[in-house]
Amino acid sequence: MQTLINSEPVISIQNLDHYFGKGQLRKQVLFDINLEINAGEIIIMTGPSGSGKTTLLTLVGGLRSAQSGSLKILGRELCGASPEKLTQARRHHGYIFQAHNLHNSLTALQNVRMGLELHWEISPEEMQSRSAKMLEHVGLGNRLNYYPDDLSGGQKQRVAIARALVSNPKIVLADEPTAALDKKSGRDVVDLMQRLAKEQGCTILLVTHDNRILDIADRIVYMEDGRLANNPNVAVANG
Amino acid sequence: MVGKTRPYLTRYNSPTPLFFPLCVLCVSVVRLKNSSLKEDYHMTNLIQQLRRRTPLGWLQLSREKSRLLVAISGIAFADVLIFMQLGFQSALYDSNTRLHRSLEADIILISPQARNWQGLSTFSRRRLYQAEDIAGVKSADPMYVNIINWKNPETRDQRQVQVIGFDPDRPAFNLPEVNQQLDKLKLPDTVLFDRGARGEYKEVITQVEQGKSVTTEIERRTVTVGGLFKVGASFGADGSLITSDQNFLRLFPKREAASVSLGLIRVEPGYDPKQVAAALKSHLSDDVRVLTKEEFINFEVNWWQSNSPIGFIFNLGVAMGFVVGVIIVYQVLSTDVNAHMKEYATFKAMGYRNIYLLGVVFEEAIILALLGFIPGSLLPLGLYRLTRNATNLPLYMTMARAVTVLIMTIIMCTISGAIATRKLQSADPADMF
Repeated sequence: MQTLINSEPVISIQNLDHYFGKGQLRKQVLFDINLEINAGEIIIMTGPSGSGKTTLLTLVGGLRSAQSGSLKILGRELCGASPEKLTQARRHHGYIFQAHNLHNSLTALQNVRMGLELHWEISPEEMQSRSAKMLEHVGLGNRLNYYPDDLSGGQKQRVAIARALVSNPKIVLADEPTAALDKKSGRDVVDLMQRLAKEQGCTILLVTHDNRILDIADRIVYMEDGRLANNPNVAVANG
Repeated sequence: MVGKTRPYLTRYNSPTPLFFPLCVLCVSVVRLKNSSLKEDYHMTNLIQQLRRRTPLGWLQLSREKSRLLVAISGIAFADVLIFMQLGFQSALYDSNTRLHRSLEADIILISPQARNWQGLSTFSRRRLYQAEDIAGVKSADPMYVNIINWKNPETRDQRQVQVIGFDPDRPAFNLPEVNQQLDKLKLPDTVLFDRGARGEYKEVITQVEQGKSVTTEIERRTVTVGGLFKVGASFGADGSLITSDQNFLRLFPKREAASVSLGLIRVEPGYDPKQVAAALKSHLSDDVRVLTKEEFINFEVNWWQSNSPIGFIFNLGVAMGFVVGVIIVYQVLSTDVNAHMKEYATFKAMGYRNIYLLGVVFEEAIILALLGFIPGSLLPLGLYRLTRNATNLPLYMTMARAVTVLIMTIIMCTISGAIATRKLQSADPADMF
């Protein structure tokens, strides 16, 4: 991990403001966000509902276009970027959602493979073997050809993690990945994320309400009313 | 579990045989739209791209078996409708030109008033004598045609038939059956009957075949059915009677021998009918029309195409089948798009473009078109046969029609796909978190 930390942060946010709505209904949801995340760090973002955590996550992930300030992801400025540029940027991220969002017409293996298909340098054979290996990695080596309907909640989330990580993304963004899981499955999932992140050297930005998983974080940032409090103690105290 | 976990490679290496050409089709469409975004695709390794692409559309369709079945039967239904309409339409044209085709003539003279075979009007027989002056004309013979009510010898019901009269010494048809029985026509009030006529004539036909004489009544004259021939029913006439010109004039006392319906001109060997026809046109006055046999057949077809409502009705039927197909496929595709909105938004979040999702919908559309076309083209084979037996209309499947309907089906499904994709725009990845 030490080798990966260099001078250039993978996520660099400066003076980021964000608004929803137009005209009279225009409402500011993010206020002067400043955050730097270095390669290989696991950051947990926590805070009450409606504080703007998810909005920040979608901006970082290129799912929304940033309006003002500076948002540099992997050295690319995403503030005011075109939809095409955002689409390109998304290909370098892995996403883990609260719901697994697996395609129910695809097997576990096919779902994971979808995470590789956008990377044109990878051959079909390699996609196949990498997807299978990734599923073995998350402990589903014997469930390759199962459809999501035939998997448990925890297993589905592990497939989703495999899909997010199979292309070795530099950044993984996760929104409440344990919310739909029981205590043990949730623990397994975050342990898995932590282990894989360390192996692949990727940066994880994780939004959660779940206090049980805060211990995997290298750093905890707390958000309230659209402002960031860069103090883990606050977060833990509030949790 | 053992049954379920097949070796993972097989699932990709053995896609349905259909799938490959489909993908070429739909991806190349996508490719055209996407050609400016060069970094993803290169035309040269298209095949390779296809090999690596997950056949998402096919997988989505095949996972929802009942939805697939509904879609396929919907398309098949639309195709059957279209096939039947097109079949009837061409049967109409074919059946109405069967007599034309069997005329023993190279050039035909008709009245300028003539509309079609059933409405030939008449012109002066003198034109035929004049025609014989032209070099290359071997013979010019009159033919008389008219519609009449006769009593079905079996049921004694009034039925409309067309009566064709010509000089039995000069065969007018290239129908061997007719030419062998020309002697019978010389007997008074004797006719040959079309065994392909529409209606209840089974017993009459058997009796005549057995050599028994069958008599019936036309305009209070007793007429004997002396023999049989086969041309078949048409839309314009349920059946035909062939008789001598003398008998014809007896049946139609108001018709004169000097006013003929058709002039049959045979050309001397070595002369081009087209050139002879041109010479005839300039030689004869405007009260007669000169057509080659081919032109005469087209004349009949054109009439039915443009002047009768029948062509319009069948085209409307085709259009309705098409619209029914569009609606059914649209319903199926839009349900499918709605059901996968979340997954599509996820794919967008992962960096897939809108165009990729459009490709999936069009892939589905084309798979549906091809799968629906299979039952949609097999069913009409049976229905054509059924109709042939019931109506004696020459209803046959042709390659050209099958290709036409296949193309129509693909267009139909593509239109449905295009409407169904409007919803894709609203798959917003930002809503996923």
